Amino acid sequence: MADLVSHQDEVKVISKRFGQGAANIDRYVELGGYAALKKALAMSSDDIINEVKASNLRGRGGAGFPTGMKWSFVPKQAPKPKYVLCNGDESEPGTCKDRLILEHDPHTVIEGVVIAGLSVGAKIGYIYIRGEYRYLSIIMQKAIADAYAKGYLGKNILGSGIDFDVFWHGGAGAYEVGEESALMESLEGKRGIPRIRPPFPAVVGLFGGPTIINNVETLAAVPSIINQGGQWYAELGTPKNGGTRLFCLSGHVNKPGVYELPMGYNLLKMINDVGGGVWNGRRLKAVTPGGSSCPVITAEESDVPMDFDSLMKIGSMLGSGGVVVLDDQTCMVKYAQRIMRFYQHESCGWCIPCREGTDWLKKSLDRFHAGAGVRKDIDNIQYLSENMLGRTFCPLGDAAALPTISIVKKYRDEFEAHLEGRPCPFEPEGAVQRLPVLAAH
Amino acid sequence: MQFSPEFENRFAEMLKHYPVKRSVLVPSLLYAQDEVGYLSEEVIAEMAKRCELTELEVRNVISYYSMLTTKPRGKYNVQVCTNICCMLRGSDELYDHVRQKLGISHKMTTPDGVFSLESVECIGACSWAPAMQVNYDFHENLTNEKVDRILDEYAAKAK
Repeated sequence: MADLVSHQDEVKVISKRFGQGAANIDRYVELGGYAALKKALAMSSDDIINEVKASNLRGRGGAGFPTGMKWSFVPKQAPKPKYVLCNGDESEPGTCKDRLILEHDPHTVIEGVVIAGLSVGAKIGYIYIRGEYRYLSIIMQKAIADAYAKGYLGKNILGSGIDFDVFWHGGAGAYEVGEESALMESLEGKRGIPRIRPPFPAVVGLFGGPTIINNVETLAAVPSIINQGGQWYAELGTPKNGGTRLFCLSGHVNKPGVYELPMGYNLLKMINDVGGGVWNGRRLKAVTPGGSSCPVITAEESDVPMDFDSLMKIGSMLGSGGVVVLDDQTCMVKYAQRIMRFYQHESCGWCIPCREGTDWLKKSLDRFHAGAGVRKDIDNIQYLSENMLGRTFCPLGDAAALPTISIVKKYRDEFEAHLEGRPCPFEPEGAVQRLPVLAAH
Repeated sequence: MQFSPEFENRFAEMLKHYPVKRSVLVPSLLYAQDEVGYLSEEVIAEMAKRCELTELEVRNVISYYSMLTTKPRGKYNVQVCTNICCMLRGSDELYDHVRQKLGISHKMTTPDGVFSLESVECIGACSWAPAMQVNYDFHENLTNEKVDRILDEYAAKAK
């Protein structure tokens, strides 16, 4: 459905079968599919985990936690069944990569789920797909049925004596369900409210059993790691940041699209070469480097390698790979307002700092952009955001606060330009409904 | 309460996938809504009975998920994404255009029952913005002209 793009700098590991009809199981096998599963069935669980550890693969959902380490936390003996959970509730604004994987290469995801299961002794895997992606559920449903028919799933897979079941599960519209414990609640048929940790999912997860939960892209990388070795994968990236990544370029670039580039690829180069530069001959103002929850970075800060550690060093995050490019005509107050409107809408209301904080911040930013802000509101916006940090069960509160704090700090002059009845300097006259300044004390 | 044989087959199949009955609730509610048009009192009572829950528990779940609705909608639910990536590429203007064209606003339905409209959060089409979904179909890289053509096609199909 969505258009594919390509660029000479791409290193195709996850996307190597895109556009080649690999949703068909025979075609997938022809293109080397399910070879990793055969190999993994002959390996011990420790060998699989060590291979993934050696690959320096880190969680592609946003947090960047080392995948091999996550798997090693699952206890060997457990009184309850263990599960593998594949997180396809992709909803971080700026992120549209899992959609392509599920559309073009669903069997890789299934294969990754089974290999993850072998590494911890799980017998069941669930692939959770957001409700809006109905067409992908249909593709996945068929892929799973075909895998059963060919003996890659079910009883005694490939004659190994091991049973493994994979099911798909559909959501019904909720950003927060992308958070691991909320996703488990959702799969259990409840509101997607986060759970308090510890205990962590590796010990007490889905249906109370030890659970591995990984993003679609993370699990899709696993078959290649098993086939070609952890070291090979690690060397594609930078130290401690193995492999490649699907970067979703969006916003004000000439050639938006999903590109697979090595970890550590320079951000400016990504925008100017891969993305064809900022559109309409304008200049770069800012970048959201990894989905809306990441602190924005300025044009000056954008000469940076795109890996987890380099971005953390400059106070942002690599997040989910959604690179949103903003040109010099963008109103940063409006951008902050739109981000907050999203988080206010998605907050489940379970934790008070997030429920109240996002609502107040949304109201303040709405008012501000409409010209009704007063000077002390600027500090209030920052103060409110900072008081949400680390005070909620799940990271949604942080996700709302972090970009807001970064915008207030880095673009304070734009907030000042909107003060006390002045119209937005970036919008045409009359485009924004103006609100009166109530009290300028 | 009668659902289609397709729904019943799917429901029976899904029950086998989980150790608890309740797990089928969220996907089943969405499939039931696709058939009935919305989650009516009757659907809620039926799903509560099937999942061995109270109606209140089912309503509690419904209110959490943005795709689930207890109010009837038009045959085609037009969902225009207005989140950041779409906004940066003109979704505000596009949404205004759709409002003008359909003569309705957020969460309203046209008098003939053909279209409903929603301004929605990120639908995962960021690199192909601005985008919208009509029911489950994605429409991407939109312009006013393209939207006009798409909506006219749906209007013709509804006749």
